[in-house]
Amino acid sequence: MNSQNGRLYRWFSERYGVTKVVEFLRHKTVPVHRGSVWYYFGGVSLFLFIVQVLSGILLLLYYRVGAESSYESVQYIITKVPFGWLIRSIHSWGANLMVLAAMIHMFSVFFERAYVKPRELTWVTGFFLLALAMAFGFSGYLLPWNKLAFFATKVGTDIAGAIPWAGDFLLRLLRGSEDVTGATLSRFFGLHAAILPALFTVILAIHLMFVQVQGMSEPHLSPAQKKPPMPFFPNFVLRDMLLWLLVLNLLALLAVFLPWELGEKADPFAAAPAGIKPEWYFLGAFQMLKLLPAHLLGIEGELFGILGISLGLVLWVLFPWWDRWDPARPRKLWVKSVGILVVAGFLTLTIMGWVMQ
Amino acid sequence: MTSKNPEQTNDSQSPDGMSRRTFLDGALWVGGIAVVASVAYPIAKYLVPPEQTEPDPTTVNVGKVEDFAPNTGIIFKMGRKPGLLICTSQKEFRAFYATCTHLDCTVQFRADMGLIWCACHNGRYDLNGINVAGPPPRPLTPLRVNVAEGQVFVSREDA
Repeated sequence: MNSQNGRLYRWFSERYGVTKVVEFLRHKTVPVHRGSVWYYFGGVSLFLFIVQVLSGILLLLYYRVGAESSYESVQYIITKVPFGWLIRSIHSWGANLMVLAAMIHMFSVFFERAYVKPRELTWVTGFFLLALAMAFGFSGYLLPWNKLAFFATKVGTDIAGAIPWAGDFLLRLLRGSEDVTGATLSRFFGLHAAILPALFTVILAIHLMFVQVQGMSEPHLSPAQKKPPMPFFPNFVLRDMLLWLLVLNLLALLAVFLPWELGEKADPFAAAPAGIKPEWYFLGAFQMLKLLPAHLLGIEGELFGILGISLGLVLWVLFPWWDRWDPARPRKLWVKSVGILVVAGFLTLTIMGWVMQ
Repeated sequence: MTSKNPEQTNDSQSPDGMSRRTFLDGALWVGGIAVVASVAYPIAKYLVPPEQTEPDPTTVNVGKVEDFAPNTGIIFKMGRKPGLLICTSQKEFRAFYATCTHLDCTVQFRADMGLIWCACHNGRYDLNGINVAGPPPRPLTPLRVNVAEGQVFVSREDA
């Protein structure tokens, strides 16, 4: 490394032990096998998070929170501010792509069984990052204060309100009043622009630290199947950068050719518009709530659905403790079946939610 | 301090049998919990908004009788909540809170279906506000309608 001789490098290494970091990066490798392509989706999620932070900061320069100003300020951003439409559209599309990339990342980790010992907590922190990404999506969706967002937030917070015992408290905590009002908007803005970014950054740092400390998970292959690993720097990093550039292009194409619509301003005294639907990643849950009958097993269908989804999520986050690594059984049919069932169920409900009125 | 063993000195028993270490541990725990509680309690209380003190009106004037065509419905402000006033094909008025009992969306009158419909999850109520199809678990909350001097007044049932 040429810079090692540079004065700047010397200045730092005399004070901060930079050589250790450089040595670590120089020796870091990435395993090469048939599933290597899935390694890139964690990086893509990270890239999209960075895009969200930067475009979000830009939106903050003009966005004014409030029932009388939110919609108007977003309208101002997309009609008057130079390239405002682009920044806003990038932020909306970026959010969707980030959730998608994180989901692909999660399911690839699941099918590769990369969560087994010693990586249980990498799985758990990753699960919470995806949950936070969805909370980002839910809270950000309200901020333009349009009709769809208004009713989506009514439904979403009402679901929280149906939770036994804590429901009333949670509902008022989330809404900042009995109904979805300007108070809710203020809270969601604080959540979206301060609390969630702080939480996300901390958990992301822990998640990445785990990956660095333990190295990347490798499928258990026979020595004959093994290939030499790839150096992280520069081989993997350059591939990563190329993919990030491609994702940036995809994002730009979507933002330019399918600009995100603003819709009509929220009106608390108007009926919910026909054809109302949440973002795609909540469509599955939405469709389930639609299909459940009014009463099921002695409780309200809504509560049944919430309890069912919560139980499923708890089982999912604890999966590394259900499926422990056993060298005698490198492949387990039941694990694969669970994964396929979950993906198929999610896709089926999502598509049903998409096409059904 | 005459003892040569420092451990013994630190753990010296007081007359009531409690060691200094146990006492300090306990005091630290109590003090620590008190600090956490005195920070957490005001924050937890602050997060929950105060109750609205402004009273909701018990009766609302929705408009003139002749303004409503048969087989139509409108959303009006019943205090802070949306209300739904329906004028049936027999020119009879009915009113409900327009909040769907499923997940809090605002329902609407659908003349083509002859029903009250919720767009969010396809919930349906008949014109008496009874949940007849889809996920709503309960009927809509009814409101009382009075016609006086050609005006339609809607009031809460408890008023």
